[in-house]
Amino acid sequence: MSLDILKERGTPLERQEFTWKEIAGEPYSKLDDDAFTRVRQILMHGVEQEACRLKHFAARFNPDLRLPLARVRRVEHLQATMVNWLMPGDQSPLETTIGYEQVAIEVTAHVAAVEPDPYVAQVYRFGLLEDFDHLYRYAALMDRLCGKDANNILQSYTDVMPGRPTSVEHRAPEDDLRRHYEKATAAPLTKIHAALITGSEWQTRDYYLTVGPSFADPVARQLYAEIAAIEEQHVTQYEALSDPRETWLEKWLVQEATEVYAYWSCYSQEQNPRIKRIWERFLDYELGHLHLVGELMQEVERRDPAELLPREFPDPLSFTSHRKFVRETLAEEVGLRARGFDIVPPDLESPASLAYRERLNAGGSPSELVAAGYRWKPGTELTDRRVREAEFVSLNQEAAQ
Amino acid sequence: MNKNDRPTDIGINRTGIALSPVDGPLMTEGATARPPSSAGSARDAAILRFRYAVESGEIGHMPPPLSLRGVTQAAVELIKGHKGNVLLDKLGERLAFERTGVRLFDGLILKFEASGSWAGGPTLEDLVSFRADEARHFEWMVEAMTALGADATAMTPSADLTAVESLGVLQVISDPRTGLAQALHAQQIAELADVAGWELLAALAESLGHAELAAQCRLGLAQEHLHAASVARWLRAHVEAAAHGELARAS
Repeated sequence: MSLDILKERGTPLERQEFTWKEIAGEPYSKLDDDAFTRVRQILMHGVEQEACRLKHFAARFNPDLRLPLARVRRVEHLQATMVNWLMPGDQSPLETTIGYEQVAIEVTAHVAAVEPDPYVAQVYRFGLLEDFDHLYRYAALMDRLCGKDANNILQSYTDVMPGRPTSVEHRAPEDDLRRHYEKATAAPLTKIHAALITGSEWQTRDYYLTVGPSFADPVARQLYAEIAAIEEQHVTQYEALSDPRETWLEKWLVQEATEVYAYWSCYSQEQNPRIKRIWERFLDYELGHLHLVGELMQEVERRDPAELLPREFPDPLSFTSHRKFVRETLAEEVGLRARGFDIVPPDLESPASLAYRERLNAGGSPSELVAAGYRWKPGTELTDRRVREAEFVSLNQEAAQ
Repeated sequence: MNKNDRPTDIGINRTGIALSPVDGPLMTEGATARPPSSAGSARDAAILRFRYAVESGEIGHMPPPLSLRGVTQAAVELIKGHKGNVLLDKLGERLAFERTGVRLFDGLILKFEASGSWAGGPTLEDLVSFRADEARHFEWMVEAMTALGADATAMTPSADLTAVESLGVLQVISDPRTGLAQALHAQQIAELADVAGWELLAALAESLGHAELAAQCRLGLAQEHLHAASVARWLRAHVEAAAHGELARAS
C-alpha cells in the first residue's frame, strides 16, 4: 500500500470538525486490544502535541503566519485530545508509563533500523538502549510497589531487562547535543524521523513530570524525577538532529508530512476497526494540513513544496516487536557513551558528564535502588518462592547505617 | 445482551503470557539470561522508604477552632483539647464519606437504569432508598460538627485520606463500560468501610460522653449494616446466576 501525498488532497480545513461526544469517545480496552493499539495511541498523541508546540513557537516569530497557524493548531489540539482520550480509565499512570516506554523502544527501534543516515541511526540506537533500561526500572517499580506484572501491558512484545543503566545516562548538556542533518541533502525520511522521535520523547518528558508527583511512594517519585531528566536529555539530543537553518515553513511542512506518515502507518496496521476509522479520518485531516502549508510555502517563499517532500512514502512505520534488533544493539552498543556530538567507547566519556553524574547520584540512584537484584518473571517476582517467603527482618538497624 | 452478563464471556483478553506462544518464552529466556544491573533486593528500596517515613511531616492538620459563640458550655467542654480534635476529625471523615456516598449511589442508580438488574439483585427503590440514607447521614454530620462549633466545610485529615482510599470505587462506578454488578462490587468496599466507620465513631462518641451523638451513630451503623448485607446478597445472587448460566434469563 503506497500513499501519493502530492495527489491525495485529504479533508479541507474548513470541514475538519468535532463534537465533544467524538472527542471523548469510547477508549480502547486495556485487556482486549493489542498492545500496539496503545502504542499507536500514545505515539500519535505525542506527534499531535509536537504539532501544537511547533506551531506555538512559530507564531511567536512569524506575525504573518499567526492566523493560519492558529487555525491548523486548533484542529491539531482537538485531534491530540481525541487521540489521548482513547486511553481507558482503568489504565493507571504506571501502566500508561509502561506503554510509553514500549513506544519509545519499538518505534525508535524501527526508526533506527531504517534510518538512511548512518550517524543519525547510531543516535537512535544510542537513545533506544536508554529507554529500554527505563522500561526495566518501571517494571520493577510496578512489581515491587503494586504487585503487578508489566507484561500485562507489554503483551510479550518487548523484553524487560537492563539496558544502558539509567544511572549512567546522566550527561552534561554539551554531551547531549548532536550534529544536525543538512537540509539540502538529507532524505525526507531523515527529517520525518527526527520530528517523530523528538515529539514522542517530549511528550514522555511532560508525562513523567505530570504524573510523577501524583505518586505517594517516595521511590516512585524519585524514579519519575530521574527518568524525566533523561527524557529531557533525549529531547535535547533528538531536536539537535534537525537543521536549524530550515525556515519555519520548512519545519512546518516536515511536521505535517510526519503526521501524514504516522497516521498512514497507524491506519495500515490497526486491528480495532473503530480506532482504524479514527486514523483514517486524521490521515485525511493531515493531508489537508500538508497541502495548506504547501500553498503557504508557494505564496510566502515562492518555492514548490514538492522539492521537499517524498513523492511516495517508503514502507510504513512497523508496529511490531523489534526484539531481535534490540537485543543485537544491546549486545554490541550498551557500553557506548556520548562525548560532544559523538557516540564513543566508555573510556572516552567526557569528564564533564562524569562529574555531572557523580554529583547527581551522590545520594544514591533511584533507578538502581528500585531494580536492585530485579529479574522480571511472568506473574511478578512473587512467583519465586524465595521472594514470596522471604524472612522478616526489621529495617530499623539497617536504615540507621 | 445485558452488560451484567458480559465480562465473563470469553473474549480476546491479551494480557496473559500464554497467549503469546512464541514471544512469551523469549521474554522469559531473555530476562533470565541477563543479570540484574545491580545486586540487592526489594529491601534496598524499603530502606529508602523507611527513611522517608521517619523524616516526613504529616499530610495536614485540623483547622483552628471557630468562635465558640452560640455553642453550649457542655459542647465547649467536650471538644476542648486533643480529644475534641480526634472527634472532629472523625466526624469530618464520616461527613466526607457519606457525602461521596450519595454520589456513588447516583452512579449506581444510573447503572441500574442503563443495564438493569437480575433476579435477587437490587430494585430501583432499594438504591434510591440507600441514597437517601447516605444523604441523611451527611446531614447528621454537618449538624453534629456545627453544634460543636466546627467548620463543616473544612476537609479534615481523615476526610482527605478516606477520599483517597475511595478513589478506585468511584473510578469503577463512574466508568460507562462497567455494569451494575461490577459497580456494586466496588460499592461493597465502601459499604464495609462505612460499617467500620460508624462503629468506630459511635464508640468514640460514647467514650467522650456524647450520648446523643453515639445513639445517632448507632442508627447510622444499623442502616449501613443493612446496606452491606444487601450488597453482599445482590452480588451473591449475581455470581450464582452467572455461574449457572441463568443471568440472561434473570436480567
